[in-house]
Amino acid sequence: MTARVPQFHVDSEKFLADQERVGWHDGALWHLRYKRDLATQVVPDWEKLRDQAAAIKAHVLDHIPTLLSQFITNAEAAGWVVHLAPEADDLKRIVLDLLQKNGVTKAVKSKSMLTEECGLNHHLEANGVEVVDTDLGERIVQLRHEPPSHIVVPAIHLKRGEIGELFHEHLGTAKGEDDPIRLTRAARADLRKRFIGAQAGLTGVNFAVADSGAIVICTNEGNADLGTALQPLHIACMGVEKLIPTAADAGVFLRLLARSATGQPITTYSTHIRGPDPTRPGHQAHLVIVDAGRRRLFADDEHRRALSCIRCGACLNTCPVYRRASGHAYGTTVPGPIGAVLAPAMIGTAKAKELPFASTLCGSCTNVCPVKIDLHDQLLSWRRRLAREGHVPFSKRFAMKIGAQALSYPWLFSLGGKIARTFWGLARKGIPGPHAGWTKHRDLPPAPKQSFRGWWKSDGQNQGNPTNKDQDHG
Amino acid sequence: MDVHLFVPCYLDQVHPEVAMATVTVLRRAGCTVHYSDQQTCCGQPMANTGCADDAAVLARRHLDLFAGKTTVCPSGSCTSMVSHHYHDLGLRLSATDEKTMHRTFELSDFLVNVLGVTDLKARFPHKVSLHQSCHGLRELGLGVMSERRDPPKLGPAEVLLAQVEGLTLVMPERRDECCGFGGTFAVAEADLSARMGHDRCDQLSQGDAEYMTGNDQSCLMHLDGIRKRRGKGPKAIHLAEILACQ
Ligand code: SF4
Repeated sequence: MTARVPQFHVDSEKFLADQERVGWHDGALWHLRYKRDLATQVVPDWEKLRDQAAAIKAHVLDHIPTLLSQFITNAEAAGWVVHLAPEADDLKRIVLDLLQKNGVTKAVKSKSMLTEECGLNHHLEANGVEVVDTDLGERIVQLRHEPPSHIVVPAIHLKRGEIGELFHEHLGTAKGEDDPIRLTRAARADLRKRFIGAQAGLTGVNFAVADSGAIVICTNEGNADLGTALQPLHIACMGVEKLIPTAADAGVFLRLLARSATGQPITTYSTHIRGPDPTRPGHQAHLVIVDAGRRRLFADDEHRRALSCIRCGACLNTCPVYRRASGHAYGTTVPGPIGAVLAPAMIGTAKAKELPFASTLCGSCTNVCPVKIDLHDQLLSWRRRLAREGHVPFSKRFAMKIGAQALSYPWLFSLGGKIARTFWGLARKGIPGPHAGWTKHRDLPPAPKQSFRGWWKSDGQNQGNPTNKDQDHG
Repeated sequence: MDVHLFVPCYLDQVHPEVAMATVTVLRRAGCTVHYSDQQTCCGQPMANTGCADDAAVLARRHLDLFAGKTTVCPSGSCTSMVSHHYHDLGLRLSATDEKTMHRTFELSDFLVNVLGVTDLKARFPHKVSLHQSCHGLRELGLGVMSERRDPPKLGPAEVLLAQVEGLTLVMPERRDECCGFGGTFAVAEADLSARMGHDRCDQLSQGDAEYMTGNDQSCLMHLDGIRKRRGKGPKAIHLAEILACQ
């Protein structure tokens, strides 16, 4: 994950300031959710498929050491050169070494959230290697020098016109051009040259099959295929949690992944690669297996399930908060509900303390997740951890403590209620006070003359419960 | 049947009419209603802020007060706090505690699925849209969740509203989108919460609905506050109030 400290409140306000963009961003993501719904309706036993996927992932999390050694044995037998990177810095060092040894000055890279998380591009660029992101959305954000705002559709926060301007500046398209087809063609033409000119291709990994040593890479644009087939050197980077036992298991995830992500039955390209290409003399294939903080999550029984994530983005698309705050508000490589669940483990609770609170706990994320991560419960359990570790602001903790004390005494509660109802009228007239967060956007309801307990004492209890005769529809 | 009323703290103080309507409805369904004024709050605000120890104090009080009783509450989220989240607070729970949690029902669920009552002889000649609050829907399962592919089964609120004379039910296009209330979120992230509320008000206005209803007054209070501030949209009314109308 990036080193900067997420400032959700401040950064979400920035995005919210452009109300029109918020509406349009919400609509675009809801459309993905809608397409996901349609795609899941035609799969018989969708819920069983999710159960199956969750069971495979649970098995994987319980057997990482065994699967890892099995995978490494089979991968090496298939010709992969396997490297282990305990930390993000190790990944950066290993990849740079390989590129320098092979005299690479130009590389292409297909989408990989892991390398984003580790800041690989920046490191390579600083050491004289030009890296071009070849996923269209990633290329757009790369040209804008900003991080992706979504893990599947990285430039979803931008409007067509903004992309037109960007391409006018960098790719020489006509000024004011905002036709998506013509813009895409321009990007394609530019990327072709980069694919051909690159001496190495970097990719991520969606699944790593332990019993065969193959990796599976899913893209819609075929950019991972062109970005590995043309260059003499392929470096694939994977988080250790990407292991799956067999190719048959990949079948389960391939059915779930694209449907959950965009509503497609399957990603356009689902490529299985098993070591270097024997038909290309001198072709090298390297695999870097990265931990970078994952062992902390493995060790955390309460939250390790989050490592099951297959990065489909469905929980982002469905999240009513994400849709209105945008990915950049989270300040982490992976935003949205899963980002807020991973961040406290990956960057530490102190830095990530705002993120588990960036949610209404509506639970929609938990329901869409194809591998059944209990996301909203995870957020809640991180809130408890944050409170225990003293990362919940004192004002909030204090209010809750006082509240719990006062509410332990019914008389104090009634008295408090009476006082509040008296002052209610003033608050309604816009007098400032602790209610300001509420009244900034909402009117308060009129204060009732009597509380329910008051009414029960005076009238309610005496109005009588029904006799047996009244129970004819009971 | 003897039922014990669990009145969420904010309903008691700010929206007593909802709890009063709940009494009317339960009595009409043939129940003998009991209420103890020793009750205060279930601890949800503390629990959702992560302050489990503070929540546990109130949870313990609540469980002792309602020990072993059949309890009905006109709020999905407060019900879910008791029935689902008392496990999260590090409390030592006895068999009686588990029974109390298990016997705590949300009002519409209790009427339809426990008593088997669907027609409360209510009359409410209006167009009404239904806001399915998240905790009632996704934690208690009180309706069809749009994300899941479960066999379709109407939720108890829809079943009850279908029997109300003169009422036309309109479901918003986004059937179960969150309203943005979220407890302390409504204040801590006031702008975000309000934007979500505005959008939800728009959705609940679809089909020219005159009223928006649901089983959680906290969401309705937030939505109605926004509706009043902007001066347009359907009025909020709790499900119990509709069912009490004759
Ligand atoms: S947490 Fe689940 S829904 Fe979210 S991106 Fe990961 S797999 Fe998809």
